[in-house]
Amino acid sequence: MHNIELSTKDLNVFYGEKHAVKDISLDFAAKQVTALIGPSGCGKSTFLRSLNRMNDLIDGAKITGEIWLGDENINDPKTDVVLVRQKIGMVWQRPNPFHKSIYENIAFGPRYHGIRDKRKLDQIVEESLTKAAIWNETKDRLNKSALSLSGGQQQRLCIARSIAVSPNIILMDEPASALDPISSAKIEELIADLKQEYCIIIVTHNMQQAARVSDKTAFFLMGDLVEYDDTSKIFTNPSEKRTSDYISGRFG
Amino acid sequence: MSAKTADKIATAVIITLAGFIVLIMAGLLGFILYRGVGHISFDFLTSAPQTIKAGGGIGPQLFNSLYLLILTMIITIPLGLGAGIYMSQYAKPGKITDFIRLIVEVLSSFPSIVVGLFGLLVIVNMFGFGFSLFSGALALTVFNLPLMVRITEQAMASVPQAQKEASLALGLSKWKTIKSIMLPIAFPVILTGTILSAGRVFGEAAALLFTAGMSSPRLDFGNWNPLSPTSPLNPFRPAETLAVHIWKINSEGLAPDAPEIAAGASAVLILTVLIFNLLARYIGRLMHKKFTATK
Repeated sequence: MHNIELSTKDLNVFYGEKHAVKDISLDFAAKQVTALIGPSGCGKSTFLRSLNRMNDLIDGAKITGEIWLGDENINDPKTDVVLVRQKIGMVWQRPNPFHKSIYENIAFGPRYHGIRDKRKLDQIVEESLTKAAIWNETKDRLNKSALSLSGGQQQRLCIARSIAVSPNIILMDEPASALDPISSAKIEELIADLKQEYCIIIVTHNMQQAARVSDKTAFFLMGDLVEYDDTSKIFTNPSEKRTSDYISGRFG
Repeated sequence: MSAKTADKIATAVIITLAGFIVLIMAGLLGFILYRGVGHISFDFLTSAPQTIKAGGGIGPQLFNSLYLLILTMIITIPLGLGAGIYMSQYAKPGKITDFIRLIVEVLSSFPSIVVGLFGLLVIVNMFGFGFSLFSGALALTVFNLPLMVRITEQAMASVPQAQKEASLALGLSKWKTIKSIMLPIAFPVILTGTILSAGRVFGEAAALLFTAGMSSPRLDFGNWNPLSPTSPLNPFRPAETLAVHIWKINSEGLAPDAPEIAAGASAVLILTVLIFNLLARYIGRLMHKKFTATK
Protein backbone atom coordinates (compact mmCIF):
# COMPACT_ATOMS: atom_id res chain seq x y z
CA MET A 1 0.00 0.00 0.00
CA HIS A 2 1.31 3.42 -0.95
CA ASN A 3 1.35 6.40 1.33
CA ILE A 4 -1.40 8.86 0.68
CA GLU A 5 0.17 12.15 -0.33
CA LEU A 6 -2.92 14.22 -0.98
CA SER A 7 -6.60 13.60 -0.51
CA THR A 8 -9.81 15.50 -1.03
CA LYS A 9 -13.02 15.11 0.91
CA ASP A 10 -16.35 16.29 -0.48
CA LEU A 11 -14.66 18.93 -2.63
CA ASN A 12 -17.06 21.26 -4.43
CA VAL A 13 -16.20 24.11 -6.75
CA PHE A 14 -18.68 26.79 -7.79
CA TYR A 15 -18.13 29.44 -10.45
CA GLY A 16 -20.83 31.88 -9.50
CA GLU A 17 -24.03 29.87 -9.99
CA LYS A 18 -22.33 27.05 -11.85
CA HIS A 19 -21.59 23.94 -9.79
CA ALA A 20 -18.45 22.82 -11.63
CA VAL A 21 -17.14 20.08 -9.32
CA LYS A 22 -19.44 18.02 -7.15
CA ASP A 23 -18.52 16.24 -3.91
CA ILE A 24 -15.25 14.74 -5.05
CA SER A 25 -13.41 12.54 -2.56
CA LEU A 26 -10.16 11.14 -3.92
CA ASP A 27 -6.86 9.88 -2.52
CA PHE A 28 -3.60 10.37 -4.39
CA ALA A 29 -0.72 8.08 -3.48
CA ALA A 30 2.96 8.95 -3.44
CA LYS A 31 5.05 7.72 -6.36
CA GLN A 32 2.02 7.12 -8.51
CA VAL A 33 0.53 8.79 -11.54
CA THR A 34 -3.18 9.48 -11.43
CA ALA A 35 -4.91 10.47 -14.65
CA LEU A 36 -8.05 12.57 -14.63
CA ILE A 37 -10.08 11.94 -17.77
CA GLY A 38 -13.45 13.05 -19.08
CA PRO A 39 -15.03 15.15 -21.81
CA SER A 40 -14.38 18.91 -22.03
CA GLY A 41 -16.14 20.87 -19.32
CA CYS A 42 -16.44 17.88 -16.98
CA GLY A 43 -14.63 19.70 -14.20
CA LYS A 44 -11.33 17.81 -14.23
CA SER A 45 -9.15 20.87 -14.85
CA THR A 46 -11.13 22.89 -12.34
CA PHE A 47 -10.63 20.12 -9.80
CA LEU A 48 -6.90 20.06 -10.55
CA ARG A 49 -6.57 23.82 -10.14
CA SER A 50 -8.28 23.62 -6.75
CA LEU A 51 -5.59 21.32 -5.42
CA ASN A 52 -2.95 24.08 -5.28
CA ARG A 53 -5.51 26.82 -4.69
CA MET A 54 -5.03 28.34 -8.16
CA ASN A 55 -8.78 28.86 -8.33
CA ASP A 56 -8.31 31.56 -5.70
CA LEU A 57 -7.22 33.79 -8.57
CA ILE A 58 -10.59 33.51 -10.30
CA ASP A 59 -13.21 36.00 -9.20
CA GLY A 60 -16.40 34.38 -8.05
CA ALA A 61 -14.90 30.91 -7.59
CA LYS A 62 -15.91 29.23 -4.33
CA ILE A 63 -14.40 25.99 -3.09
CA THR A 64 -15.91 23.98 -0.25
CA GLY A 65 -14.76 20.74 1.30
CA GLU A 66 -11.39 19.58 2.50
CA ILE A 67 -8.02 19.03 0.83
CA TRP A 68 -5.59 17.17 3.05
CA LEU A 69 -1.88 17.57 2.47
CA GLY A 70 -0.28 15.53 5.23
CA ASP A 71 -2.18 16.52 8.35
CA GLU A 72 -3.15 19.95 7.12
CA ASN A 73 -6.40 20.94 5.44
CA ILE A 74 -5.05 23.30 2.80
CA ASN A 75 -8.48 24.48 1.74
CA ASP A 76 -8.68 26.32 5.06
CA PRO A 77 -8.65 30.08 4.39
CA LYS A 78 -5.96 30.44 7.06
CA THR A 79 -3.54 28.20 5.18
CA ASP A 80 -0.47 29.89 3.75
CA VAL A 81 -0.96 29.32 0.00
CA VAL A 82 2.67 30.21 -0.62
CA LEU A 83 3.78 27.10 1.31
CA VAL A 84 1.09 24.96 -0.30
CA ARG A 85 2.23 25.92 -3.78
CA GLN A 86 5.82 25.20 -2.92
CA LYS A 87 4.82 21.62 -2.07
CA ILE A 88 2.47 21.22 -5.02
CA GLY A 89 4.00 22.17 -8.37
CA MET A 90 2.06 22.79 -11.55
CA VAL A 91 2.61 22.46 -15.29
CA TRP A 92 0.19 23.90 -17.86
CA GLN A 93 -1.04 22.94 -21.29
CA ARG A 94 0.91 25.70 -23.02
CA PRO A 95 4.53 25.99 -21.97
CA ASN A 96 4.90 29.26 -20.10
CA PRO A 97 8.58 29.80 -19.30
CA PHE A 98 9.42 33.14 -17.74
CA HIS A 99 10.84 35.76 -20.08
CA LYS A 100 14.24 35.16 -18.55
CA SER A 101 17.32 33.05 -19.17
CA ILE A 102 17.13 29.26 -18.89
CA TYR A 103 19.20 29.42 -15.70
CA GLU A 104 16.98 32.10 -14.15
CA ASN A 105 13.84 30.16 -14.97
CA ILE A 106 15.03 27.38 -12.67
CA ALA A 107 16.93 29.39 -10.05
CA PHE A 108 14.17 31.94 -9.58
CA GLY A 109 11.95 29.83 -7.30
CA PRO A 110 14.63 28.33 -5.03
CA ARG A 111 16.32 31.72 -4.60
CA TYR A 112 13.03 33.23 -3.48
CA HIS A 113 12.61 30.38 -1.01
CA GLY A 114 15.88 31.27 0.64
CA ILE A 115 18.76 29.62 -1.24
CA ARG A 116 21.35 32.33 -1.93
CA ASP A 117 24.51 30.30 -2.29
CA LYS A 118 25.57 30.41 -5.95
CA ARG A 119 27.07 26.92 -5.89
CA LYS A 120 23.95 25.47 -4.32
CA LEU A 121 21.80 27.20 -6.95
CA ASP A 122 24.02 25.91 -9.76
CA GLN A 123 23.58 22.44 -8.35
CA ILE A 124 19.80 22.78 -8.16
CA VAL A 125 19.67 24.05 -11.73
CA GLU A 126 21.70 21.12 -12.98
CA GLU A 127 19.73 18.57 -10.97
CA SER A 128 16.35 19.93 -12.00
CA LEU A 129 17.26 20.14 -15.66
CA THR A 130 18.73 16.63 -15.53
CA LYS A 131 15.62 15.22 -13.91
CA ALA A 132 13.48 16.90 -16.55
CA ALA A 133 15.67 15.34 -19.27
CA ILE A 134 16.73 18.64 -20.77
CA TRP A 135 20.19 19.19 -19.24
CA ASN A 136 22.10 17.94 -22.28
CA GLU A 137 20.24 20.28 -24.59
CA THR A 138 20.63 23.35 -22.39
CA LYS A 139 23.89 23.05 -20.47
CA ASP A 140 25.85 25.10 -23.03
CA ARG A 141 23.27 27.87 -23.28
CA LEU A 142 22.03 28.42 -19.73
CA ASN A 143 22.26 32.19 -20.16
CA LYS A 144 20.17 32.24 -23.32
CA SER A 145 16.53 33.27 -23.17
CA ALA A 146 14.18 30.41 -22.36
CA LEU A 147 12.01 31.63 -25.22
CA SER A 148 14.69 30.50 -27.66
CA LEU A 149 13.84 26.85 -26.89
CA SER A 150 11.36 24.81 -28.92
CA GLY A 151 7.88 24.19 -27.53
CA GLY A 152 8.71 20.70 -26.27
CA GLN A 153 11.93 21.91 -24.67
CA GLN A 154 10.06 24.80 -23.06
CA GLN A 155 7.59 22.37 -21.55
CA ARG A 156 10.38 20.23 -20.07
CA LEU A 157 11.94 23.45 -18.77
CA CYS A 158 8.65 24.27 -17.07
CA ILE A 159 8.65 20.83 -15.48
CA ALA A 160 12.25 21.41 -14.32
CA ARG A 161 11.18 24.77 -12.94
CA SER A 162 8.47 23.20 -10.80
CA ILE A 163 10.82 20.43 -9.60
CA ALA A 164 13.39 23.04 -8.52
CA VAL A 165 11.39 24.15 -5.49
CA SER A 166 11.28 20.46 -4.39
CA PRO A 167 7.56 19.75 -4.33
CA ASN A 168 6.05 16.37 -3.35
CA ILE A 169 3.27 16.59 -5.86
CA ILE A 170 3.17 17.81 -9.46
CA LEU A 171 -0.09 18.77 -11.13
CA MET A 172 -0.13 18.59 -14.91
CA ASP A 173 -2.91 20.11 -16.97
CA GLU A 174 -2.75 18.43 -20.41
CA PRO A 175 1.04 18.88 -20.45
CA ALA A 176 1.56 17.31 -23.87
CA SER A 177 -1.50 18.34 -25.83
CA ALA A 178 0.06 21.48 -27.35
CA LEU A 179 3.18 19.60 -28.50
CA ASP A 180 4.19 17.59 -31.53
CA PRO A 181 4.13 13.76 -31.23
CA ILE A 182 7.86 13.40 -30.58
CA SER A 183 7.94 16.05 -27.86
CA SER A 184 4.78 14.55 -26.49
CA ALA A 185 6.42 11.12 -26.25
CA LYS A 186 9.37 12.68 -24.42
CA ILE A 187 7.04 14.21 -21.87
CA GLU A 188 5.42 10.81 -21.32
CA GLU A 189 8.83 9.20 -20.76
CA LEU A 190 9.64 11.97 -18.37
CA ILE A 191 6.45 11.39 -16.40
CA ALA A 192 7.37 7.72 -16.05
CA ASP A 193 10.77 8.76 -14.63
CA LEU A 194 9.39 11.42 -12.29
CA LYS A 195 7.01 8.88 -10.82
CA GLN A 196 9.96 7.35 -8.93
CA GLU A 197 9.94 10.44 -6.73
CA TYR A 198 6.73 12.40 -7.02
CA CYS A 199 3.02 12.03 -6.79
CA ILE A 200 1.76 13.13 -10.21
CA ILE A 201 -1.78 14.11 -11.07
CA ILE A 202 -2.36 14.61 -14.77
CA VAL A 203 -5.37 15.85 -16.72
CA THR A 204 -5.45 14.48 -20.24
CA HIS A 205 -7.77 14.23 -23.22
CA ASN A 206 -5.69 11.52 -24.77
CA MET A 207 -6.96 8.08 -23.76
CA GLN A 208 -3.86 6.25 -24.96
CA GLN A 209 -1.71 8.63 -22.98
CA ALA A 210 -3.75 8.06 -19.83
CA ALA A 211 -3.51 4.30 -20.36
CA ARG A 212 0.25 4.48 -20.93
CA VAL A 213 1.40 6.77 -18.15
CA SER A 214 -0.97 6.37 -15.24
CA ASP A 215 -1.42 3.88 -12.41
CA LYS A 216 -4.82 5.12 -11.39
CA THR A 217 -7.52 6.77 -13.47
CA ALA A 218 -10.45 8.90 -12.39
CA PHE A 219 -13.28 9.47 -14.84
CA PHE A 220 -15.19 12.74 -14.49
CA LEU A 221 -18.52 13.59 -16.07
CA MET A 222 -20.50 16.83 -15.58
CA GLY A 223 -18.65 17.60 -12.36
CA ASP A 224 -19.20 14.15 -10.88
CA LEU A 225 -16.60 11.51 -10.26
CA VAL A 226 -18.05 8.51 -12.09
CA GLU A 227 -15.36 5.95 -11.46
CA TYR A 228 -11.94 5.76 -9.86
CA ASP A 229 -9.80 2.65 -10.08
CA ASP A 230 -6.57 1.11 -11.31
CA THR A 231 -5.89 2.29 -14.85
CA SER A 232 -5.73 -1.27 -16.15
CA LYS A 233 -9.18 -1.96 -14.77
CA ILE A 234 -10.71 1.29 -16.07
CA PHE A 235 -9.45 0.64 -19.57
CA THR A 236 -10.22 -3.07 -19.79
CA ASN A 237 -13.12 -3.74 -17.53
CA PRO A 238 -14.77 -0.60 -16.12
CA SER A 239 -17.63 -1.17 -13.72
CA GLU A 240 -19.71 1.77 -14.98
CA LYS A 241 -21.37 1.78 -18.37
CA ARG A 242 -20.75 5.51 -18.79
CA THR A 243 -17.01 4.91 -18.36
CA SER A 244 -16.88 2.21 -21.00
CA ASP A 245 -18.97 4.37 -23.35
CA TYR A 246 -16.54 7.26 -22.99
CA ILE A 247 -13.40 5.15 -23.31
CA SER A 248 -14.68 3.33 -26.36
CA GLY A 249 -15.35 6.71 -27.95
CA ARG A 250 -19.11 6.67 -27.94
CA PHE A 251 -19.21 10.28 -26.69
CA GLY A 252 -16.87 13.05 -25.57
CA MET B 1 -23.69 50.83 -57.57
CA SER B 2 -21.87 47.55 -57.31
CA ALA B 3 -20.09 46.51 -54.15
CA LYS B 4 -16.81 46.75 -56.00
CA THR B 5 -17.33 50.40 -57.00
CA ALA B 6 -18.43 51.27 -53.47
CA ASP B 7 -15.27 49.66 -52.15
CA LYS B 8 -13.14 51.67 -54.57
CA ILE B 9 -14.86 54.94 -53.67
CA ALA B 10 -14.49 54.25 -49.93
CA THR B 11 -10.80 53.48 -50.37
CA ALA B 12 -10.26 56.66 -52.37
CA VAL B 13 -12.10 58.82 -49.81
CA ILE B 14 -10.15 57.36 -46.89
CA ILE B 15 -6.82 57.81 -48.64
CA THR B 16 -7.71 61.40 -49.56
CA LEU B 17 -8.65 62.23 -45.96
CA ALA B 18 -5.51 60.61 -44.59
CA GLY B 19 -3.39 62.43 -47.15
CA PHE B 20 -5.06 65.73 -46.23
CA ILE B 21 -4.23 65.22 -42.54
CA VAL B 22 -0.64 64.30 -43.32
CA LEU B 23 -0.38 67.40 -45.51
CA ILE B 24 -1.65 69.69 -42.73
CA MET B 25 0.70 68.14 -40.18
CA ALA B 26 3.71 68.16 -42.44
CA GLY B 27 2.91 71.74 -43.50
CA LEU B 28 2.65 72.93 -39.92
CA LEU B 29 5.83 71.19 -38.85
CA GLY B 30 7.65 72.37 -41.98
CA PHE B 31 6.50 75.95 -41.47
CA ILE B 32 7.67 76.08 -37.84
CA LEU B 33 10.99 74.47 -38.68
CA TYR B 34 11.47 76.65 -41.78
CA ARG B 35 10.93 79.80 -39.77
CA GLY B 36 12.91 78.72 -36.73
CA VAL B 37 15.76 76.40 -37.59
CA GLY B 38 17.88 79.15 -39.13
CA HIS B 39 17.85 80.96 -35.81
CA ILE B 40 19.10 77.99 -33.77
CA SER B 41 22.76 78.15 -32.85
CA PHE B 42 24.85 77.02 -29.93
CA ASP B 43 24.82 80.58 -28.62
CA PHE B 44 21.03 80.79 -28.94
CA LEU B 45 20.60 77.58 -26.97
CA THR B 46 22.90 78.57 -24.14
CA SER B 47 22.80 82.32 -23.61
CA ALA B 48 20.31 84.25 -21.45
CA PRO B 49 17.48 86.24 -23.01
CA GLN B 50 17.76 90.03 -23.52
CA THR B 51 14.91 92.33 -22.55
CA ILE B 52 15.26 95.19 -24.97
CA LYS B 53 18.34 94.39 -27.02
CA ALA B 54 18.54 91.95 -29.90
CA GLY B 55 20.55 88.74 -29.75
CA GLY B 56 19.10 87.10 -26.62
CA GLY B 57 19.01 83.32 -26.21
CA ILE B 58 16.83 80.75 -24.49
CA GLY B 59 19.42 78.97 -22.32
CA PRO B 60 17.71 79.27 -18.92
CA GLN B 61 14.29 78.50 -20.41
CA LEU B 62 15.52 75.34 -22.07
CA PHE B 63 17.18 74.30 -18.83
CA ASN B 64 14.00 75.11 -16.85
CA SER B 65 11.86 73.03 -19.20
CA LEU B 66 14.12 70.00 -18.88
CA TYR B 67 14.52 70.39 -15.12
CA LEU B 68 10.79 70.85 -14.63
CA LEU B 69 10.22 67.70 -16.67
CA ILE B 70 12.58 65.76 -14.40
CA LEU B 71 10.91 67.09 -11.25
CA THR B 72 7.47 66.21 -12.61
CA MET B 73 8.60 62.71 -13.47
CA ILE B 74 10.08 62.23 -10.01
CA ILE B 75 6.63 62.96 -8.59
CA THR B 76 4.46 61.19 -11.17
CA ILE B 77 6.36 57.98 -11.89
CA PRO B 78 6.13 56.46 -8.39
CA LEU B 79 2.53 57.63 -7.94
CA GLY B 80 1.48 56.49 -11.41
CA LEU B 81 3.18 53.12 -11.13
CA GLY B 82 1.67 52.54 -7.70
CA ALA B 83 -1.84 53.49 -8.73
CA GLY B 84 -1.61 51.60 -12.02
CA ILE B 85 -0.41 48.42 -10.34
CA TYR B 86 -3.11 48.77 -7.71
CA MET B 87 -5.80 49.21 -10.36
CA SER B 88 -4.72 46.24 -12.43
CA GLN B 89 -3.62 43.75 -9.77
CA TYR B 90 -5.06 44.57 -6.36
CA ALA B 91 -8.37 46.37 -6.74
CA LYS B 92 -11.40 44.14 -7.16
CA PRO B 93 -13.15 45.23 -10.36
CA GLY B 94 -16.34 46.99 -9.37
CA LYS B 95 -17.88 50.32 -8.50
CA ILE B 96 -14.80 51.70 -6.76
CA THR B 97 -12.37 50.99 -9.61
CA ASP B 98 -14.90 52.31 -12.12
CA PHE B 99 -15.13 55.48 -10.05
CA ILE B 100 -11.35 55.86 -9.84
CA ARG B 101 -11.08 55.30 -13.58
CA LEU B 102 -13.74 57.96 -14.19
CA ILE B 103 -11.84 60.46 -12.03
CA VAL B 104 -8.62 59.66 -13.87
CA GLU B 105 -10.31 60.25 -17.23
CA VAL B 106 -11.81 63.56 -16.08
CA LEU B 107 -8.50 64.66 -14.62
CA SER B 108 -6.69 64.03 -17.89
CA SER B 109 -9.13 66.11 -19.90
CA PHE B 110 -9.07 69.12 -17.57
CA PRO B 111 -8.44 72.39 -19.45
CA SER B 112 -4.88 73.32 -18.64
CA ILE B 113 -5.68 76.94 -17.81
CA VAL B 114 -8.09 75.70 -15.11
CA VAL B 115 -5.33 73.54 -13.67
CA GLY B 116 -3.06 76.59 -13.75
CA LEU B 117 -5.55 78.73 -11.83
CA PHE B 118 -6.21 75.91 -9.40
CA GLY B 119 -2.45 75.65 -8.90
CA LEU B 120 -2.25 79.39 -8.27
CA LEU B 121 -4.98 79.25 -5.64
CA VAL B 122 -4.00 76.07 -3.85
CA ILE B 123 -0.33 75.32 -4.45
CA VAL B 124 1.10 78.81 -4.89
CA ASN B 125 -1.01 80.73 -2.39
CA MET B 126 -2.66 78.36 0.06
CA PHE B 127 0.31 76.06 0.55
CA GLY B 128 2.68 78.97 0.04
CA PHE B 129 5.08 77.38 -2.41
CA GLY B 130 5.02 80.59 -4.46
CA PHE B 131 5.83 80.75 -8.14
CA SER B 132 8.31 77.91 -8.27
CA LEU B 133 9.44 74.88 -10.18
CA PHE B 134 7.90 72.77 -7.44
CA SER B 135 4.46 74.38 -7.88
CA GLY B 136 4.81 73.91 -11.63
CA ALA B 137 5.73 70.27 -11.21
CA LEU B 138 2.68 69.67 -9.01
CA ALA B 139 0.40 71.34 -11.58
CA LEU B 140 1.89 69.23 -14.37
CA THR B 141 1.38 66.16 -12.21
CA VAL B 142 -2.35 66.74 -12.58
CA PHE B 143 -2.01 66.08 -16.34
CA ASN B 144 0.66 63.53 -16.25
CA LEU B 145 -0.59 61.30 -13.45
CA PRO B 146 -3.72 60.08 -15.26
CA LEU B 147 -1.61 59.16 -18.27
CA MET B 148 0.90 57.28 -16.12
CA VAL B 149 -1.87 55.41 -14.30
CA ARG B 150 -3.52 54.36 -17.53
CA ILE B 151 -0.26 53.36 -19.19
CA THR B 152 0.80 51.25 -16.20
CA GLU B 153 -2.61 49.67 -15.81
CA GLN B 154 -2.81 48.67 -19.46
CA ALA B 155 0.78 47.46 -19.58
CA MET B 156 0.27 45.27 -16.52
CA ALA B 157 -3.02 43.93 -17.86
CA SER B 158 -1.30 42.94 -21.11
CA VAL B 159 1.14 40.60 -19.33
CA PRO B 160 0.03 37.03 -20.14
CA GLN B 161 -1.97 35.47 -17.30
CA ALA B 162 0.13 32.31 -17.73
CA GLN B 163 3.24 34.16 -16.53
CA LYS B 164 1.49 35.31 -13.39
CA GLU B 165 0.08 31.84 -12.69
CA ALA B 166 3.44 30.15 -13.26
CA SER B 167 5.07 32.41 -10.71
CA LEU B 168 2.32 32.07 -8.10
CA ALA B 169 2.32 28.29 -8.58
CA LEU B 170 6.00 28.22 -7.60
CA GLY B 171 4.95 29.60 -4.25
CA LEU B 172 6.02 33.17 -4.91
CA SER B 173 4.16 35.96 -3.20
CA LYS B 174 1.96 38.32 -5.15
CA TRP B 175 4.34 41.24 -4.74
CA LYS B 176 7.36 39.20 -5.82
CA THR B 177 5.38 38.02 -8.85
CA ILE B 178 4.46 41.58 -9.79
CA LYS B 179 7.96 42.92 -9.18
CA SER B 180 10.10 40.21 -10.75
CA ILE B 181 7.89 38.60 -13.39
CA MET B 182 5.22 41.04 -14.49
CA LEU B 183 6.95 44.43 -14.29
CA PRO B 184 9.92 43.38 -16.45
CA ILE B 185 7.49 42.26 -19.16
CA ALA B 186 5.39 45.41 -18.85
CA PHE B 187 8.43 47.68 -18.59
CA PRO B 188 9.03 48.45 -22.30
CA VAL B 189 5.42 49.56 -22.72
CA ILE B 190 5.52 51.65 -19.54
CA LEU B 191 8.78 53.28 -20.60
CA THR B 192 7.49 54.15 -24.06
CA GLY B 193 4.33 55.62 -22.58
CA THR B 194 6.29 57.61 -20.04
CA ILE B 195 8.53 59.20 -22.65
CA LEU B 196 5.52 60.04 -24.81
CA SER B 197 3.78 61.67 -21.86
CA ALA B 198 6.96 63.64 -21.23
CA GLY B 199 6.39 65.33 -24.60
CA ARG B 200 3.12 66.75 -23.36
CA VAL B 201 4.70 68.01 -20.13
CA PHE B 202 7.47 69.62 -22.13
CA GLY B 203 5.12 71.60 -24.34
CA GLU B 204 2.66 72.70 -21.64
CA ALA B 205 2.35 76.44 -21.12
CA ALA B 206 -1.05 77.50 -19.77
CA ALA B 207 -0.82 75.51 -16.55
CA LEU B 208 2.61 76.94 -15.84
CA LEU B 209 1.84 80.67 -16.31
CA PHE B 210 0.51 80.93 -12.77
CA THR B 211 2.48 78.17 -11.09
CA ALA B 212 6.07 78.08 -12.27
CA GLY B 213 5.85 81.76 -13.11
CA MET B 214 6.83 83.93 -16.06
CA SER B 215 10.26 84.98 -14.92
CA SER B 216 13.55 83.39 -14.19
CA PRO B 217 15.93 84.80 -11.58
CA ARG B 218 19.49 85.44 -12.58
CA LEU B 219 20.93 81.94 -12.57
CA ASP B 220 24.51 81.11 -11.75
CA PHE B 221 25.26 77.92 -13.69
CA GLY B 222 28.38 77.42 -11.60
CA ASN B 223 26.36 77.07 -8.41
CA TRP B 224 24.94 73.57 -8.04
CA ASN B 225 23.79 73.82 -4.44
CA PRO B 226 20.05 73.11 -4.72
CA LEU B 227 19.28 75.28 -1.66
CA SER B 228 20.90 78.45 -2.94
CA PRO B 229 18.45 80.95 -4.50
CA THR B 230 20.59 81.56 -7.57
CA SER B 231 21.26 77.89 -8.20
CA PRO B 232 19.59 76.44 -11.31
CA LEU B 233 18.80 73.32 -9.27
CA ASN B 234 16.80 75.10 -6.58
CA PRO B 235 13.26 73.68 -6.97
CA PHE B 236 11.70 76.58 -5.07
CA ARG B 237 12.74 79.33 -7.46
CA PRO B 238 10.46 80.74 -10.16
CA ALA B 239 11.19 79.32 -13.58
CA GLU B 240 9.93 80.37 -16.98
CA THR B 241 9.85 77.38 -19.31
CA LEU B 242 10.40 77.37 -23.05
CA ALA B 243 6.70 77.15 -23.91
CA VAL B 244 5.85 79.99 -21.52
CA HIS B 245 8.72 82.03 -22.93
CA ILE B 246 7.36 81.66 -26.46
CA TRP B 247 3.98 82.85 -25.30
CA LYS B 248 5.49 85.78 -23.39
CA ILE B 249 7.77 87.18 -26.06
CA ASN B 250 5.03 86.80 -28.64
CA SER B 251 2.57 88.78 -26.56
CA GLU B 252 4.77 91.31 -24.76
CA GLY B 253 8.31 90.90 -26.02
CA LEU B 254 10.28 94.16 -26.28
CA ALA B 255 13.42 92.89 -27.98
CA PRO B 256 13.59 93.92 -31.67
CA ASP B 257 14.22 90.31 -32.70
CA ALA B 258 11.33 88.90 -30.60
CA PRO B 259 9.57 87.22 -33.57
CA GLU B 260 12.79 85.44 -34.58
CA ILE B 261 13.43 84.31 -31.00
CA ALA B 262 9.87 83.00 -30.74
CA ALA B 263 10.29 81.15 -34.04
CA GLY B 264 13.63 79.69 -32.99
CA ALA B 265 12.29 78.67 -29.58
CA SER B 266 9.25 77.03 -31.21
CA ALA B 267 11.51 75.02 -33.47
CA VAL B 268 13.60 73.94 -30.50
CA LEU B 269 10.45 72.91 -28.64
CA ILE B 270 9.12 70.89 -31.55
CA LEU B 271 12.46 69.25 -32.21
CA THR B 272 12.78 68.25 -28.56
CA VAL B 273 9.33 66.66 -28.54
CA LEU B 274 10.22 64.92 -31.81
CA ILE B 275 13.38 63.56 -30.19
CA PHE B 276 11.32 62.30 -27.25
CA ASN B 277 9.04 60.44 -29.61
CA LEU B 278 11.82 58.87 -31.63
CA LEU B 279 13.64 57.96 -28.43
CA ALA B 280 10.50 56.33 -27.06
CA ARG B 281 10.21 54.12 -30.12
CA TYR B 282 13.87 53.23 -30.19
CA ILE B 283 14.20 52.44 -26.50
CA GLY B 284 10.87 50.59 -26.50
CA ARG B 285 12.07 48.34 -29.32
CA LEU B 286 15.43 47.82 -27.65
CA MET B 287 13.81 46.84 -24.34
CA HIS B 288 11.35 44.56 -26.07
CA LYS B 289 14.26 42.76 -27.71
CA LYS B 290 16.21 42.57 -24.49
CA PHE B 291 13.33 41.05 -22.53
CA THR B 292 11.90 38.66 -25.07
CA ALA B 293 14.37 37.61 -27.73
CA THR B 294 17.68 35.87 -27.34
CA LYS B 295 20.60 37.94 -26.23
